[in-house]
Order: sequence, then structure tokens, then C-alpha cells
Amino acid sequence: MKPRLPWFSIGALALLLVLALAGPWFSPFDYYTPEWDQPDLPVGASWAHPLGTDALGRDLFVRLMWSCRISLLVALVASLISLVIGVSWGVAAGYFGGRTDAVMMRLVDILYSVPFTPFVIVLTVLFGRHLLLLFVAIGAVSWLDIARIVRGQTMALRHREFVVAAEIAGAAPWRIMSTHIVPNLMGIVIAYLTLTIPTVVLTEAFLSYLGLGAQSPLTSLGVMLADGAAQMRSRPVMLVLPAVLLVMLVYCCNRIGDALRDRHVA
Amino acid sequence: MGRYLLSRLLSSIPTMLAIVTLAFVLLRAAPGGPFDTEKEMLPEVRASIEKAYHLDEPLPVQYLRYLGDLLRGDLGPSFQYPDESVNDLIASGLPVDLTIGGLALLLACLVGIPLGAFAAWKRGGFFDRIAATLSLVGVSIPVYVAAPLFILLFAVTLQWLPAGDWGGGAPRHLVLPVLSLALPYIAYVTRIMRASFMDVLEQPWIRTARAKGLSPRQVLFRHALRPALLPLVAFLGPAVVGAITGSIVVETTFGLKGIGQFFVLGAFNRDYTLVMGVTVLYGALIVIANLTADLCQGLLDPRVRLQ
Repeated sequence: MKPRLPWFSIGALALLLVLALAGPWFSPFDYYTPEWDQPDLPVGASWAHPLGTDALGRDLFVRLMWSCRISLLVALVASLISLVIGVSWGVAAGYFGGRTDAVMMRLVDILYSVPFTPFVIVLTVLFGRHLLLLFVAIGAVSWLDIARIVRGQTMALRHREFVVAAEIAGAAPWRIMSTHIVPNLMGIVIAYLTLTIPTVVLTEAFLSYLGLGAQSPLTSLGVMLADGAAQMRSRPVMLVLPAVLLVMLVYCCNRIGDALRDRHVA
Repeated sequence: MGRYLLSRLLSSIPTMLAIVTLAFVLLRAAPGGPFDTEKEMLPEVRASIEKAYHLDEPLPVQYLRYLGDLLRGDLGPSFQYPDESVNDLIASGLPVDLTIGGLALLLACLVGIPLGAFAAWKRGGFFDRIAATLSLVGVSIPVYVAAPLFILLFAVTLQWLPAGDWGGGAPRHLVLPVLSLALPYIAYVTRIMRASFMDVLEQPWIRTARAKGLSPRQVLFRHALRPALLPLVAFLGPAVVGAITGSIVVETTFGLKGIGQFFVLGAFNRDYTLVMGVTVLYGALIVIANLTADLCQGLLDPRVRLQ
């Protein structure tokens, strides 16, 4: 029996996505223009600003929705890059086997022993001014799990009849891998994509919270958390709302990813 | 045992070398240097500064010089704090990290082991379901969410505890940092211990112990605890890595002067030697933590052969 899909998490995530994508259209404000002419900043909720503003007079609702957009965009880019590298690496290692496999997987083992977080902070020194480049780099160093899983699955598919048939028919290795093996990995790959996205969202929030990620006026969930932590005495909402959004986003993605993985691995 | 220890230590050399080399290459590939200032610097001044820090030498020479200093335990001078060496900075910050990280992991074990044990004992019961839900929530809350929320609740609203500052390590100042760092670990330890106690409780010797009429506490903590601890020990090695990450956030949030704080400031200011030094230290800590975890597994279960 296949495990049931977590419909509550799917619904909550869909709602969040619709809000993040459509929300800013319904507001006349943008996320980066400060409004200095307010009497005392940050201002509370009003008709113009349904959630109030931050310490620079920028609309809180618009900034929250933009930070969801940016956190998700960055996570998607990094996850897709790690996916492309991880799948190619894993399929090649699993398909060719033997010494190629041994060398490729030995490299994965060595990279596993490099401490991830200190390393990402070193990467911010290199790409800190450019958020998207930073996450291209993060994607490029976080493909190890996917490579291992894909290698295992490829080895299981390697000697199935349709692969052997294609080999006998004289298909080139590249063609066998791309048309016969990779399509059969799609289920597990999508499951791991949903599990990689929340980890990257957390990495981004971690870096931005420390001030090493998204730079002002750009925003992200980590920036909003840091801003909120600075303003918690005057407006606790500024801290609580991004906290709730982040935890919700990560929790929903993890639930969905777990369910998808269980359906494909069981 | 001695041979195993030696071979493990030898095999960690390439790992450490890889960490040092990668960090060195990445930092030197970064645009901009530690002495780029708003003001235009006289070329002579710049040249003499670069000469003093050996930045005028070719990169391979700088790299070998760094490795040589490292072997002698010298992490070099800090570029940003000219009066102090990286060794001094690390020595001043390490006690903070060890206190907070150690207490947090200790707290996680003290709370998580009994929680997991009783959840497994009353499997499927009310307590089990509460523990499962709470631990799922705990795993989803990162330190940088928990820490400011704790400050908001306990320091700003209720005013029970101070919102930051080391305070000479007074217990009042330690409660919130340790608690926010420990929260996810309590959740992880509870989950791991619940699963592993459930495995162990199925074993025949546990059935014997229960048949003898021993109380749940005697069965759980005298007969089941030792074998059930194995997965936890395997988890605690890598957990040290997470505690390092978490303590960077905790230090920033609570304004503590630990190593993580220096690391973040170093990354801001392109303080090459400081960032390198902390990276090397973290790498070494992780290698030691994993080695200790493997050795402890051998002590807990004589069937684990160390070779």
C-alpha cells in the first residue's frame, strides 16, 4: 500500500506560493523604497500597510512575500544545480562501475568529510556580493547525497532487460543513460528535490541572518528574521511572522518530500 | 587498539590537507583584499604592509609557508586585529564555545534519553504520541528562529533572564543560549533513542528481565540502555558539527565573544588568516569528534571490532 500524501502540507505550501507570487501585486508599495516621512517608525497596522512597516518605512507584507519569493528562488536554483551534478555523477558511476565507480565515489567520500557550514561561510567571502552566484556555488557543493542515491538506483537498473536490449542493439552509453536510465530515476529524483529545497532555504536563512547572504535592500526570510530580532522590542510581529513563515515552509516541504520518497523507495 | 588509533589518525591527514587547501585557494581567489580601505593608501605603505604579512610572495610560497606554520601550531597574525595572533583570538573564544556547546549536548542527552526510553516503553500510547509530535516540531525549528523567539519571550516580555552578554559565564546568562542551541538536539536525541529502544526492547534478554519481574526503570536503564546507546553515539560525532553551526548563530544573537563571532567577522572583513584558522580548527574538531564516537562504540559493544 502506498502511503497517503500529506494533503494538509501540500495545501499550506500551495497557499504560501500563491500568496508569495500574487501578493505583492495587490499592494501599491515595493520592497525596497524607504518612506522616511512617517511620524515614528516602524508604524503599526493600517489600511495602507496591513501588517505595518519595518524600521525604514517599507511595507512589511510586501517585504515578507518578496522574501518568500527570493528564498524559494535561491533554493530552487541551488537545488536544480545540485540535482544536475548529482544525477550525472551518480548515473555515470553506477553505469560504468568498476574502477571509474571506485574513483568517483572515493571523491564523494572525501568531499563528505569537508565540514559544510564553515565551508559555505568561506564561499561567502568569494561570492558574498552576489546572492545568486553564491547559491550556484552552494548547489555545486551539495550534490553528494543525490549522487549516492542515484548511483545505487542506477546499479539496480543496469542489468535490467531493457538496458541490456539497448546495449545489444548497439546504443551508445550516453544514449542508454539519457533515454533508458534517467527517466526511470525521475520519481526518486523529484522526491530528493523536495527534500533539498528546504535544506537550502535553511542555509540561505542562516547566512542572511548572520548578514553574509542577501544584502540590503534585497530581502529574504533570513534578512527578515535578523531585522525582526533587532526590532523585537517595538514590534514583535516583525520577528514572529518571518519565523512562522520559515518554519511552515520548511516543515511542509519536508513532509511532502518524505512522503514522496517513501512512495518510491518502499 | 593502538594500531587502529594510529591508522585512523593517519587517514585524517588527507582530509585535513584537503580542508586547508580548499579554504586557502577559495580565499585567495576572492576579489579584494583585507587592506582595501575607503581611503587611497600610499603605494609605499601598502607595499610595506603586504611585505610584513608576506602577501607579496608568490601564492605557492605563501601556501607552503602557511602549512609550515600550521605544523608548528602557529595560525599566524590576524589582519583585522593587528595586536593579536589568531591563536590568541581562538584561545579567548574557545571557552565560550565549549561551555555552550558542551552544556547543550549534555542537556540534549539528559532530556532526550529518558524521553525516548519512556516513549518506546509505552509505544503508541499517549506519551509516545506527544513526544513524537514535539520532536517533529523541534527538528523543524532552526536555532536562528528559536534564539530570538526565546529572547522575545523570556527576556523582553517576561523579563526573567538577561537577553544577552556573557556575564562572566554566570548561570543566568547561560540559560537562554544553551536552551536555544539544545532544542533541536533534544528532538533528535528523543527520536533516535525511541527508535533504538524499540529495537532493543524486542530482544530475548529484555523479555527475560521483564519475566523476572523487574520494574520498568530497572529494565530500561540497567538492561536496555547500554545497547540502545550505540546509535546515539554514532549520531553525536556528526552532531558536534551542528553544534558548531548553531553556536555561530547563538553567539551572534546573544552577543557572546566566541569563535563563531570571530569567524563571521573574519568573513566580513576578509581576514584571511582568521577565517583559515577557524576553518582548520573546526575541521580538526570534527575529525576528533568522529574518532571519539567510533572509539566509544567499541567500548559500548564488544562485538564492534576496531580494525
